[in-house]
Amino acid sequence: MNFPMNKDITSSLRPALVMTLLFTLLLGIAYPLAMTGIGQLLFPRQANGSLVMEGGKAIGSTVIGQAFVSDRYFQTRPSAAGKGYDGMNSSGSNYGPTSQALQTRIKQQVDAMRKSEPAKAIPGDLVTASGSGLDPDLSPEAAFYQVDRIAALRHLDPIALHGLVEQSIDHPILGFLGEDHVNVFELNRRLDALQAKR
Amino acid sequence: MTFQGWLLIAAFVGILLALTKPIGLWLFALYEGRRTPLHTLLGPVERGFYRLSGIDPQEDQSWRRYAVHMLIFNAALGLLTYVLLRTQALLPLNPSGYAGLNENLSFNTAVSFTTNTNWQSYAGESTMSNLSQMLALTIHNFLSAATGIALAFALFRGFARREASGIGNFWADMTRVTLYLLLPLCMALTVFYIASGVPQTLAGAVDVHTLEGVKQALALGPVASQEAIKMLGTNGGGFFNANSAHPFENPNALTNLVQMLSIFAIGMGLTYTFGKAVGNTRQGWAILAAMMAIFLVGITVTYWQEANGTPMLHTLGAAGGNMEGKEVRFGIAASSLFAVVTTAASCGAVNAMHDSFTALGGLVPLFNMQLGEVVVGGVGAGIYGFLLFAILAVFVAGLMVGRTPEYVGKKIESREVKLSVLAIAVLPLVILGMTAIASVLPAGLAGPLNKGPHGFSEILYAFTSAVANNGSAFAGISANTPFYNGMLGVAMWIGRFFIIIPMLAVAGSLAAKKHTPESAGSFPTTGLLWTGLLVGIIVIVGGLTFLPGLALGPIADHLAMIRGQLF
Repeated sequence: MNFPMNKDITSSLRPALVMTLLFTLLLGIAYPLAMTGIGQLLFPRQANGSLVMEGGKAIGSTVIGQAFVSDRYFQTRPSAAGKGYDGMNSSGSNYGPTSQALQTRIKQQVDAMRKSEPAKAIPGDLVTASGSGLDPDLSPEAAFYQVDRIAALRHLDPIALHGLVEQSIDHPILGFLGEDHVNVFELNRRLDALQAKR
Repeated sequence: MTFQGWLLIAAFVGILLALTKPIGLWLFALYEGRRTPLHTLLGPVERGFYRLSGIDPQEDQSWRRYAVHMLIFNAALGLLTYVLLRTQALLPLNPSGYAGLNENLSFNTAVSFTTNTNWQSYAGESTMSNLSQMLALTIHNFLSAATGIALAFALFRGFARREASGIGNFWADMTRVTLYLLLPLCMALTVFYIASGVPQTLAGAVDVHTLEGVKQALALGPVASQEAIKMLGTNGGGFFNANSAHPFENPNALTNLVQMLSIFAIGMGLTYTFGKAVGNTRQGWAILAAMMAIFLVGITVTYWQEANGTPMLHTLGAAGGNMEGKEVRFGIAASSLFAVVTTAASCGAVNAMHDSFTALGGLVPLFNMQLGEVVVGGVGAGIYGFLLFAILAVFVAGLMVGRTPEYVGKKIESREVKLSVLAIAVLPLVILGMTAIASVLPAGLAGPLNKGPHGFSEILYAFTSAVANNGSAFAGISANTPFYNGMLGVAMWIGRFFIIIPMLAVAGSLAAKKHTPESAGSFPTTGLLWTGLLVGIIVIVGGLTFLPGLALGPIADHLAMIRGQLF
């Protein structure tokens, strides 16, 4: 067969193969390895997952949420990551706005909350699953909501605990980037420290 | 909606408008093949690459040769990825010992990354070894983006050149964009991401022992280096399943802003480059104005709907907007903005789950893609897609005033109009055709997670995302099946290359024409009238075909939602 494109094809073979190889070496190996070297050198804590060590063991990451289900802790949001806060299975629920399954899930949680504290308004983020299933944060409202329960269980002064949450709020960067939020892992560590002090 | 939220949107648009000219000028230097300050350092690399692969960067290629070389290169890259994914288990840097991928998933993923789509039927942290992330996936993030920009350069030359037989050299365009734009920017962005808390290590998962005494395994890897190009190259394929919603990919509101800016930066710069290339920067600004008009309507609708929340949440007594699928550190405004940006461009990264958006809040991302992602769009792909619509718009204007249409000094004749329509028609034909097939076959109907109209939306969204080379999903759909991997793989390939080839033919045909100076009878292609016409053509031609599909999906979903009907 001899049509005009034959020459275009044959002339492309060597460049295509060699360029594939060269760019693979440059972009697939040299670039990520160089960046790993720089990261490990300049920002070793962040480059390895921002882990918090205690007694030689990692107890959490300041970046990633972990499950808090005990009533004695500030509880994290519902999670669709694996069986909850699974760091190997990040995921949202993917339920849509007309999903019966979503309604059932939220209603179950809301009913339980209403049973113990009927008068309180329920913050939306406390009963919705995050996009990653690893959300490290709560809104300040969702943290404040839990103050009375934790204060009663731990015999702490609710006003002092309220103050602890207030101190733990991260405000928007430059005043408008992001929302007020509270890192639950750090808040709960402060909570344990507060109790240990007494 | 809050003042703070609107401030974020205003700051986002403001920063990008300020970046458009400098980025556009940098791209113009690469378009012309001029020396940049980076040549001192990287010039030897560029020349070395050409020498080893026997490329003459001065060779002016015909549109056919340009297309063939681009296609063969992309095929080689795709094949390499397929082999790497299949043999993953035998290769190094696999700390968690993941198995090789099966045939249909490897095919789907190889096509997906080659076509700048980055649709992911798999969950990254439980499927891909570090080597696969680096070698098989990251290189495509660079090269599919560089290919897109190279193709845009080729079309710009079609408009700019007079009676020329060539439209530039694919290898030179692609190599220069990679070396002098993408790589240095990504190195800077990677360092910023690492400093902000994005991991960058070759190690595998670590175990942490939580405060409640449970073991939690955290997936780690070379995330930051991939994150940088994932956003800048409008690729969107996440290291983790949850993509930019994952705190390791996108730890705070500042990284979130930088990621959103990265998505639009090059696409907006290219509008300026186009203006420079055709000798009138107002032509570029007119295009950008039309893009921004559509974008601002989209973000307004989505932000408004998400801030409103859903009747279901309100009935249950959960206060505030719709936070299902959203992260607290971003909140409603930054999640809505990200969703509209990522689908206006062909990025497809997500920082919130689009599937859990309100019905109309989720309609905007879907519609953005159906317009062909010409609102800024993917790097390169956005502007060349837009210029095809511009050709159609001058043709329509020409019909109205009864003159041969012209655009930036070139007569637009039957050949260009036919080829443009051919490229534009690919989208509705394949999206609607394949959605219809999947909606009747058992293998297709097995996909959706949600029931009722929202389930149909999941199928429509999947094919829209694939053909438009976006890669985001209504992620409830179970797409890792032979049926969906196969169908979506084919859809992505058609959506990329069946648009590129007619587009390059237009470039070749335009380059051969002589310059037609503007006269009193020419339809002005700057100014408000032109911008309005462009918006009209894009919405009517690009969007109207999808209205019946949208009525069955998100619109029906909305009506059910406000009535409180559940499925």
